[in-house]
Amino acid sequence: MSITIALAGNPNCGKTTLFNEITGSKQHVGNWPGVTVEKKDGVCRGDKEVIIMDLPGTYSLSPYSAEEIIARDYIVKEKPDAVINIVDGTSIERNLYLTIQIMETRIPMVVAMNMMDEVEERGDEIDCAKMSGLLGVPVVPIVARTGKGLKELMETAIAAAKEHKKPELPRIFDKELADAISAVADVLGGADSDENNWKAIKLAENDDLIEAGISEDKKRSVEELVKAVNKIAGGDAEAKIADSRYQYIAKLVKECVKKSGKGHVETKSDKLDKILTNRILALPIFAGIMYILFACTFSENFLFIPELPSPGVWLAGIVEEVWALAADGVIGAVEGMGASEWAMGLVSSCLDGVGAVFGFLPLVLVLFLLMSFLEDSGYMARVAFVMDRIFRHFGLSGRSFIPMLMGFGCSVPALMASRTLESDKDRKITMMITPFMSCGAKLPIYAMFAATLFADSNQTMVIFSIYMLGIIVAVLGALILNRFAFRSETSNFIMELPQYRIPTLKSVLIHAWEKVKGFAVKAGTVIFASTVLIWFLSNFNFSGMCDMEESLLAAIGNGIKWIFAPLGFADWRASVGVVTGWIAKENIVATFGQLFGNVSEETVEAIMAGEEALPAIGEVFNQVSAYSYMAFNLLCMPCFAAVGAMKREYGSWKWTLRAVGFQMVTAYVVALLINVVGSMLF
Amino acid sequence: MTLRELRPGQKGKVTAIGTTGPMKRRIMDMGVTPGVEVRVIKTAPLGDPIEVNVRGYELSLRKEEAAQVCIEVS
Repeated sequence: MSITIALAGNPNCGKTTLFNEITGSKQHVGNWPGVTVEKKDGVCRGDKEVIIMDLPGTYSLSPYSAEEIIARDYIVKEKPDAVINIVDGTSIERNLYLTIQIMETRIPMVVAMNMMDEVEERGDEIDCAKMSGLLGVPVVPIVARTGKGLKELMETAIAAAKEHKKPELPRIFDKELADAISAVADVLGGADSDENNWKAIKLAENDDLIEAGISEDKKRSVEELVKAVNKIAGGDAEAKIADSRYQYIAKLVKECVKKSGKGHVETKSDKLDKILTNRILALPIFAGIMYILFACTFSENFLFIPELPSPGVWLAGIVEEVWALAADGVIGAVEGMGASEWAMGLVSSCLDGVGAVFGFLPLVLVLFLLMSFLEDSGYMARVAFVMDRIFRHFGLSGRSFIPMLMGFGCSVPALMASRTLESDKDRKITMMITPFMSCGAKLPIYAMFAATLFADSNQTMVIFSIYMLGIIVAVLGALILNRFAFRSETSNFIMELPQYRIPTLKSVLIHAWEKVKGFAVKAGTVIFASTVLIWFLSNFNFSGMCDMEESLLAAIGNGIKWIFAPLGFADWRASVGVVTGWIAKENIVATFGQLFGNVSEETVEAIMAGEEALPAIGEVFNQVSAYSYMAFNLLCMPCFAAVGAMKREYGSWKWTLRAVGFQMVTAYVVALLINVVGSMLF
Repeated sequence: MTLRELRPGQKGKVTAIGTTGPMKRRIMDMGVTPGVEVRVIKTAPLGDPIEVNVRGYELSLRKEEAAQVCIEVS
């Protein structure tokens, strides 16, 4: 029979490193249902019967964040066979706070005392054997980065799981308080049940989620008893319990940890932090790092050298070329077999669909190599520290800056970068507004309209104003979502600033690889299916294969064009453009090239670069409706690749559709305002 | 006096947490409980939040949150 062991610990305690060391590359990554929190499990190296479940990093088992609720629900309801609680030995007191709370659930557990090398470096000593005796839980010293102590840790954990050795309830309360709490457990069904004891402590801590789960007939007496607990605790049991835990920890640490006695010594990390968050240097350094992040991923003139591609662009180019060769080969082979025209079309559209997925992988890879370096090194926490002052006004975190900035390159990696945000709410909102940042693929649309309809005006200003519009709508959108859609969720900024550490190559590579794989698998299906569907719609009608003008898509365009009348472009070709834009936004230009005058491929490329105009679109658009059309395509549903990335990160269709709905409504309202106000002014 | 009013480099002992609900719980979960010593390290470049040392690690919190932590300067 297999054994499940859960990993629990504070953020930044080395949990991911430990998970990678134990499971190797045999990992399965997904989402916990309904939230944007990553769910990871894997099989233990060397023992296939042992499944390791990585719980989200939390400081506590309070019911106030998605991470905390997941971690405790998993421990209490799913009941793993054992929990490995990773403790960062360099900030042992705060880490042990979670340890005590896990002990309160009385699940078999082992404490992994991590970062023992750094502890030694500071000249401190932790007596793990003594702590183990006092806690009544095995304490194993480890160094997760080097793998030291892991063998013993796993043996201890597997033994604890097999023997089902439950820890004692830590004696942190005085007798009076302990008795009052077990009275609550009695009413719940008996103090001999671990679950009732745990629930009683949580009820004393004012835990709304547990309170909601109490049956009606018991509610009354539970309330009375909790009041009694509060009275004994001096009016505030919640504070008293947190305080008791820390007092217990302080005593434990005094017994088992020998400080070097040098007092506060300035570590290398402290010195580095003095520069990176320096009053004057912090913002320029931040800007510089953000520039590097963006340029390495997207720049075509890397390091300001003309025509020198950045690593991201260079890799993307190679992938594209290799893919084109492979696709040509396949098409040639199919042609050789004497396939019909529509079968050929189907094959090439399938290849396009797969190619679309492949094309994004280099960008995702390069961005996440850099991102995981920033994350693991501890700089990401400082990004929030430095930028919080600005972003809190919009109800966002300072870390929202990164997805939003990347959005100017491509929404796909940008959306995936939202994982770095602290709270579920921030991640959800940031993903909804990130596509409003005008990505590289939208520029050809603006170039076409600017060259055709704004030839006499300042074209740069027209395009620049569209970019600004995206930023303004994103900020307003964040404010509105915060005010109305996520009202009940409070945000705070009480967080740890971890020590700077040099990340291990292995963990950076594994993280980046996970992202690439996750996108290819989870987003790939969405992208592939929708690309093939749109190809079918634009090449077929009920009597078979046809030109786009007579296709089902044209019929759909004609059917839905009235929707766009208030926006100023009630034309079937404009509607078709919106739809083909969902495959990739720059497709709008190719579609228009075909539908407004059937121009050559070279001309389409010139139009995309803004070098040539497409005068025929003047039949449908004037300056106001062109601007409205640009705004609509900027803000409406992003391309299917981005929708796939959203699906991957939200982990649910419900939230993905909510986000798309929000984007559609926003696009419609903004384009409507532009058309109405613009028509009055011009 | 509150933690908000401490200058970088100053130390104080926590006497009480003024707020209630999730914020109070979060402050206490992170180890800022009555009796513990905190030392302000610095202010963020834009003036807010602040960074403090408590229980041997670095914690950041906004000034409005720091204003909820009552302090006695030692």
